[in-house]
Amino acid sequence: MTALDGAWTRRWFEGVAAEVSRRKGELTALDRAIGDGDHGENLDRGFQAVLGKLDALDDAPTPGAVLKLVATTLISTVGGAAGPLYGTAFLKGAMAAGDRAELDAAALVEVLTAARDGIVARGKAEPNDKTMVDAWTPAVEAARSAGGDVRAALSAAAEAAAAGAVATEPLVAHKGRASYLGERAVGHRDPGAESTALLLRVAAETA
Amino acid sequence: MKKLINDPAKTVDEGIAGFALAHPDLVRVVVDPPFVIVRADAPVAGKVGIVSGGGSGHEPLHGGFVGYGMLDAAVPGAMFTSPTPDPILEATKQVDAGAGVLHLVKNYTGDVLNFETAAELALAEGIEVQSVIVDDDVAVKDSLYTAGRRGVAGTMLVEKIAGAAAERGDNLDKVAEIARTVNSRVRSMGMALAPCTVPHAGEPSFVLADDEIEIGIGIHGEPGRERIALEPADRIVDRLMEPILEDLPFERGDRVVLLVNGMGGTPQSELYIVFRRAAEVLAERGIELARSLVGSYVTSLEMQGVSITLLQVDDELLGLYDAPVHTAALRWGR
Repeated sequence: MTALDGAWTRRWFEGVAAEVSRRKGELTALDRAIGDGDHGENLDRGFQAVLGKLDALDDAPTPGAVLKLVATTLISTVGGAAGPLYGTAFLKGAMAAGDRAELDAAALVEVLTAARDGIVARGKAEPNDKTMVDAWTPAVEAARSAGGDVRAALSAAAEAAAAGAVATEPLVAHKGRASYLGERAVGHRDPGAESTALLLRVAAETA
Repeated sequence: MKKLINDPAKTVDEGIAGFALAHPDLVRVVVDPPFVIVRADAPVAGKVGIVSGGGSGHEPLHGGFVGYGMLDAAVPGAMFTSPTPDPILEATKQVDAGAGVLHLVKNYTGDVLNFETAAELALAEGIEVQSVIVDDDVAVKDSLYTAGRRGVAGTMLVEKIAGAAAERGDNLDKVAEIARTVNSRVRSMGMALAPCTVPHAGEPSFVLADDEIEIGIGIHGEPGRERIALEPADRIVDRLMEPILEDLPFERGDRVVLLVNGMGGTPQSELYIVFRRAAEVLAERGIELARSLVGSYVTSLEMQGVSITLLQVDDELLGLYDAPVHTAALRWGR
């Protein structure tokens, strides 16, 4: 079993940067349908900046140190709602990780829970509001009930986030820009939930 | 996509660089952190600083309104994307003269979150900050189940009047109170004949058939609440005026400022056609047209369309509206 250490955290975000770059057009198209069509571009700007910062890290950072670096970089480069939301998520995750050198399954669940709670506190959205909370909440629950293995917990979180993203399609949006569309948002997947699914999928794949 | 640009990724930077070169008497541009537009003589001793900002693509909002009698700084984000907290914090520091700083924020989730974070950081540095959220768009139902109404063209009237209050020396509490009062008395509604294209996205923000229009659009190219068949201008104006007038409500004997705002791709002549009918509707209702403003002030790139804004005024607000202003996009009395 791969340890969820600082090297993994770094691999995770390098993978996310590559995947966001590859899928930014798709994320932007989802956002164009119900928002203002910039989600992919904004995340790509943020994670490309993260890549540059990761290169400057010392040899053996803790997971918490990597998460904090990602958080501050996203807050200062992404803008929109996604910047503060993902920034807060990873900042709270970093605080939960503390100075542990490795995350075991219990610590991973703490990190994911703190991240989700941070998003809820910042964005004031609840489940079924058609936001990234609809991917984060089932992901946290799945990780928690996956048992003692961190890879199993990450895989379960990734699968639950992906299903949560798909499940936003029939919802009416209550938060964010899509809420201005009323019923017209129905039938479209929430771009924030989809990017959350992407993040957690890469987390599982790099573990 | 056919646009007068060099590189889609550089449209905001290059536009701001040009703005700085064109108006060195009014503004200076801070490039680190990027894209803060500050009044040339800031900070003005003893004066409350006023900072606004948001995604680019709505020019002349907000940079065009930086100068005497209006904003002390504007913070443009990426195209249609709110700025991040660092440049908002930098703008706040640049305009603070010890009297505190007012943030004027359009009610979009990203703008609210980033300004909120910047205000917390400014407070941590000992700068007194108050925030007023502008939410004048009647197209959005104001309920617990949405993020609330959007801030649209009424924002410039909040900026003008709060700016005049700050310029005459009102303290932070008073300037913030006036901004809230203006926000509580201003209502807007917009429509689009054709969408816009964000340069880095390369595709139109929504698709309309030749004979379709969107009613109730926001200013980011986001679709509206209703799509209908094209109608004559007067009928469209009636559709926009009705919900505005009913919302406040505006009543017989009220005095109003009427702003007819182009979305970027609409000729001035068509804006006057809209104004003509809007003024007629006011007359029919016994509402007095106190002041008129017609032009493209809060735009959505090259979107074709218009928004109508009504502000209910009393002597004090009208006096502040009339007070001298000298900015790149709005100038009178000085």
